[in-house]
Amino acid sequence: MTAHRARTAAKNGALPARRLPKCPTGIQGLDEITGGGLPRGRPTLLCGNPGCGKTLLAAEFLVRGAVTFGEPGVLMCFEETGAELAANVASLGFDLPGLVRRKKILIDHVRVERSEIQETGEYDLEGLFVRLNHAIDSIGAKRVVLDTIEGLFAALPNESILRAELRRLFRWLKDKGVTTIITAERGRDQLTRKGLEEYVSDCVILLDHRVHERIATRHLRVVKYRGSLHGTNEYPFLIGDEGLSVLPITSLALDHPVSNERISSGIARLDTMLDGRGFYRGSSILLTGTPGTGKTSVAAGFVQAAARRGDRALFFAFEESPSQILRNMRSIGMSLAPPVQSGVLRFHAARPTLYGLEMHLATMFKEIAAFRPDVVVVDPINSLLAAGSESETRAMVTRLIDSLKAQQITSLFTSLTIDGGPLQQSEIIISSLMDTWLLLQNIEGDGERNRGLYVLKSRGMAHSNQIREFLISSRGIDLVDAYVGPGGMLVGAARAAQTAREKAAAVASQQEALRVRRTLERKHSAVERQIATLLADYEAEEQEAASVHGNGSREKR
Amino acid sequence: MKALKVMKPAKAERRASTPSRSKSAFWELRLYVAGQTPRSLTAFANLTQICEDHLKGRYRIQVVDLIVQPKLSRGDQILAIPTLVRRLPEPVRKIIGDLSDTERVLVGLDLRPPPAA
Repeated sequence: MTAHRARTAAKNGALPARRLPKCPTGIQGLDEITGGGLPRGRPTLLCGNPGCGKTLLAAEFLVRGAVTFGEPGVLMCFEETGAELAANVASLGFDLPGLVRRKKILIDHVRVERSEIQETGEYDLEGLFVRLNHAIDSIGAKRVVLDTIEGLFAALPNESILRAELRRLFRWLKDKGVTTIITAERGRDQLTRKGLEEYVSDCVILLDHRVHERIATRHLRVVKYRGSLHGTNEYPFLIGDEGLSVLPITSLALDHPVSNERISSGIARLDTMLDGRGFYRGSSILLTGTPGTGKTSVAAGFVQAAARRGDRALFFAFEESPSQILRNMRSIGMSLAPPVQSGVLRFHAARPTLYGLEMHLATMFKEIAAFRPDVVVVDPINSLLAAGSESETRAMVTRLIDSLKAQQITSLFTSLTIDGGPLQQSEIIISSLMDTWLLLQNIEGDGERNRGLYVLKSRGMAHSNQIREFLISSRGIDLVDAYVGPGGMLVGAARAAQTAREKAAAVASQQEALRVRRTLERKHSAVERQIATLLADYEAEEQEAASVHGNGSREKR
Repeated sequence: MKALKVMKPAKAERRASTPSRSKSAFWELRLYVAGQTPRSLTAFANLTQICEDHLKGRYRIQVVDLIVQPKLSRGDQILAIPTLVRRLPEPVRKIIGDLSDTERVLVGLDLRPPPAA
């Protein structure tokens, strides 16, 4: 990553004058790997085994060129006819016949039958040159695709003439200044079956379709790019409904806008734990927990709160059907049916084993693009992580999170962990991508099992570090303070008992205080009574003394 | 091109492409070149010679210069230059090269059985 950033910096700043002019392909991700596209005005070799998407990539290059960049293109195909090709790329949403009608793209099907051809002496391929030249000039093409030029080897017997002519053809294409993609079949020991890579030296891209643990994934690698820095890794790519999409982890620009707006988690006490105000909008939240800790319930509470705010929420369910989730949530007092009916909440359910990771992600991207949600829940993400190898899933999940963040969509991912065990590798991998990590755990003791929740991390806020007891009742979800005493943390019945004991003790001490006060009052009144008696005695004695004194003075006189 | 329609052979003739039967057919030939290159001129000279020797009075040669008419390269699927297309008698055959190998040209034109392989 650091190395890549340094490379990017060098690409962006250090050597601007020497940069090779690039021709953007318009294919998602490919332009990022190649630092802007294919070498402009030069041929690029695209090789791969049958069925790995060579023709589609080449066709998309032309279509995007014609539609997005205003560069008409010529597609010269040696294997498929124009109609076959149009039908094949129509599945990607490309209207090839329309572009042909508007003279943005010209398709020329070169059909050569070896059986028709008799070779009698010296020849060259000037006919092909004239034909290509005419095609290019007739629509002012800037891009050319030759799909699969190796078809010629089958048609023309004299390989030495053919090789010399191909060399001349690539040179000629360069002089013509058209950006060209030449597709070729992958060879056994070399990149192409006929060794074309030695003629095309500017840029070589290799496509591959591999099955790993029963899941097939397509990969793309830039083998060579003369005069330009490029991503050297193997990148998975998807063929989706809207064309190809290469998924480089390095496309993570890390420059998405951030919001200071806070949104509720759907649980008031949890919001309190999160600085009192809930999650940041556009942040990503990981919710891990052992089985039965209430992950889906928390997720449902989150989407319910979103729906109440009027946010659009998209719920990807990989383990339960939508109706089952609705029923289960109804049992804990959450009614998700009205937002589903009013269209602010949408469920998308699919079995994780249904397709490979790339297809899942493509579907998710499509759903997100179509529904334009404010909030996305993936329940659980483990299913996706299991659908590919570790580095792939990381790259793809990164891409998903990145895309969600860029769109300011708050995302919540649940993840299942094994009770008591250490954190799974997959969690460690994705947790670093997450802004907030909530952990749900079982707390066992005194013959019962209770749920605890704590905030493991939450970027950008002073979150609580305490474990809260997590209660699910028919009235919904609530959090209560767990009792922390000398005997450790008490939850559930133990907490209730402790609370009762404390209450009893409090009552007792209150009564004791009352008794002491009464005793004191009694003592006080006793003292007062004694004081009154003493005073009365004194007064009596004083009177007596006064009368004795009066009699004595009269006797003296 | 109008002549082509007139000269279209009957079905029976079309099937009969053996050298012996083809004597009665008419050869409609088209030579594709790209500019007046030495190779094109050689090809034309070789072709004329062969036709004069074997098809006297039963052939017609049309020379197409793709530099002048580039559109025409698509119709006959021309890649190699020079290419001689035997449009008639059917089936269409293509002979590429400067036609210096007379034997092979004759085979390509159905004037000689293919060498025993």
